[in-house]
Amino acid sequence: MRSREGVFFSLVFPVILMLIFGAIFSGGSTGPQRLYAQNLDTTPGPGNVGTVFLGVLNQTSALQVVLVPNGQNFTQYLSSHSSSDGIVIPANFTSDYLGRRPVNVTEYWNPTASTDQEVFGIVSGVVNAFNLQAAHGTAILGVHTQSATLKNYKYIDFLIPGLVGFSILTAPMFALVNISSQYKRDKLFKQLSLTPLTRGEWLLSKVIWYVMITILSFILMTVVGIYAFGATVALSLYLIPFLLIGPFLFVSLGMLVGTASNSPDSAAVVGNLVTFPMMFLSGTFFPISIMPMWLQTVAHVFPLFYVVEGLNNVMTYRNFGPATIDLAVIFVIAIVIFGLAVRLFKWRED
Amino acid sequence: MPSIVADSLLKSYGGLKAVDDISFTVEEGEVFSLLGPNGAGKTTTIEILEGLRERGGGSVSVLGLDPWKQGYELHKKTGIIPQGFRFFDYATPREAIRYYASLFDVKVDADQILKQVILDDAASIYYNKLSGGQRQKLGLALALVNNPQLVFLDEPTTGLDPQARRAVWEVIRELKKSNRTVLLTTHYLEEAQVLADRVAIMNHGKIIISGTMEEILEREGSGERLEVKGPESLANYLRTETKLKVEYKDGSVSVLMERPHDALTALTQIEQSGIEWRGLATKRDTLEDIFVKMVGGSTKEAGEVV
Repeated sequence: MRSREGVFFSLVFPVILMLIFGAIFSGGSTGPQRLYAQNLDTTPGPGNVGTVFLGVLNQTSALQVVLVPNGQNFTQYLSSHSSSDGIVIPANFTSDYLGRRPVNVTEYWNPTASTDQEVFGIVSGVVNAFNLQAAHGTAILGVHTQSATLKNYKYIDFLIPGLVGFSILTAPMFALVNISSQYKRDKLFKQLSLTPLTRGEWLLSKVIWYVMITILSFILMTVVGIYAFGATVALSLYLIPFLLIGPFLFVSLGMLVGTASNSPDSAAVVGNLVTFPMMFLSGTFFPISIMPMWLQTVAHVFPLFYVVEGLNNVMTYRNFGPATIDLAVIFVIAIVIFGLAVRLFKWRED
Repeated sequence: MPSIVADSLLKSYGGLKAVDDISFTVEEGEVFSLLGPNGAGKTTTIEILEGLRERGGGSVSVLGLDPWKQGYELHKKTGIIPQGFRFFDYATPREAIRYYASLFDVKVDADQILKQVILDDAASIYYNKLSGGQRQKLGLALALVNNPQLVFLDEPTTGLDPQARRAVWEVIRELKKSNRTVLLTTHYLEEAQVLADRVAIMNHGKIIISGTMEEILEREGSGERLEVKGPESLANYLRTETKLKVEYKDGSVSVLMERPHDALTALTQIEQSGIEWRGLATKRDTLEDIFVKMVGGSTKEAGEVV
């Protein structure tokens, strides 16, 4: 704790992350999505159905229609404006629509862009409305929407458990990888082995220390979350086992990586390889449900996933049953890793 | 009861015999030094005695305990500076001593111990800001926290400048006065000469000679010699006229003094030869001479054995 870097990474850094992510995601709507449109239908005046169609699209506050002059090559225009969302109204649109002949609008899209689904959902909706209109039909089936959660949760409400999980992971992990490989190199373990201190006592002291750091970090983030972002945090005694077993798990894991490596440099590499994927893919900064299915499966391998899921269950949903399962999972993983770390961790040589 | 009894100690790494069947005894209250070049097996030996390494064979008793099996008990009674002692970067010497006191569950006056090792001027400086000599003195201070009967010092002055080295010696001399047993490894001849009651010279995992300085010099040294500067003809003259053992080397004629009146005989004959001479001196082998003779190595400045 005497090193400033240590204070920064275990206490200040997670709060900075919260401020950044909190600001990015809780700043309200991102504004309407741009949709480039070319209307090849030249029917003059208000009778141009294409113009009406685009007007309706524009009225949905989710889209902002940008007209592309007819002389332009549409695809070239899209790429020169760094966009992939586009729609082209064919030349005979008005006459075909009014004459009830099938007619298609052409959608341009990029399968890798995340916005496309949203854009074409809206376009399809408007297309359906026009079809109904043309058939003089009435909508029978409607959808009444209501938020699935009973309360209105905000991003920050998920971010706080995520970042508590983040600091449960990073503070002990980075410190222990570092400490254990450096102490090994500098023969400080050898030095300690010459005192009545035992290996178990030493590890326990580290666990206690990082439990304290975690609790401090938890308090700090909860306070900042509540005051800076108006977060809702459910405080419960159920948090305590998470704040105990979490650091215990990652102290052990850091220890394992640190002692299994030959030098502080290789320990740092292995430590980062273990830490970074887990840090981003365990639901710390964003819910894993936005990730592709296979990646969600991968996330279930990370112990941190269960820490974050458990914290969410307790702090956000007050869902204590599933939280108990999460707790059991991290407890078992912690015991296994602790056992391995103690086995590999040598006080003295043979 | 001797503090340390090592009997036929063995330790190999792969095919290399780091410690090859060595035996020695360290009596209570004495300073015993293992002296030898780097790689001679000194550190392996001392680490076996400290309980840091398991022996490959032979038997060891340190304060009546088996160091490998009863290390926990042993460490309560011993003070140890491992080779290349290091400590936590962000700890001051005073804190380090208090930390050790809490580990050993003893009450100590940190400042008094710091004074004992002449480190009281640096009591509140972080370890990473201490000089090499101050760091070694902190090591000594920590070795004293539990008021040990037996202190292991593994190359306590390696890498220190001569001034810092002398300061550490000063502290080791004080330890000796307080009647503690000290096992010291070093590759500085002078260090062993200045500090140790008894020396064991190690090379290639074996003890090649051991005893007090006087004993070693007596046994292996060439004895007292009379030396004068003069030509080889003078040496030849002495050889023919007397039964004395005479050597000639680089303009020096050296006569071994085996009996008390040899000196008088030699001087009389030198005068009678009529050959010109000058620079009368008596000389005897130093530990360095013996070391070079036995180990076949050489010594660097400050008596560092290489």
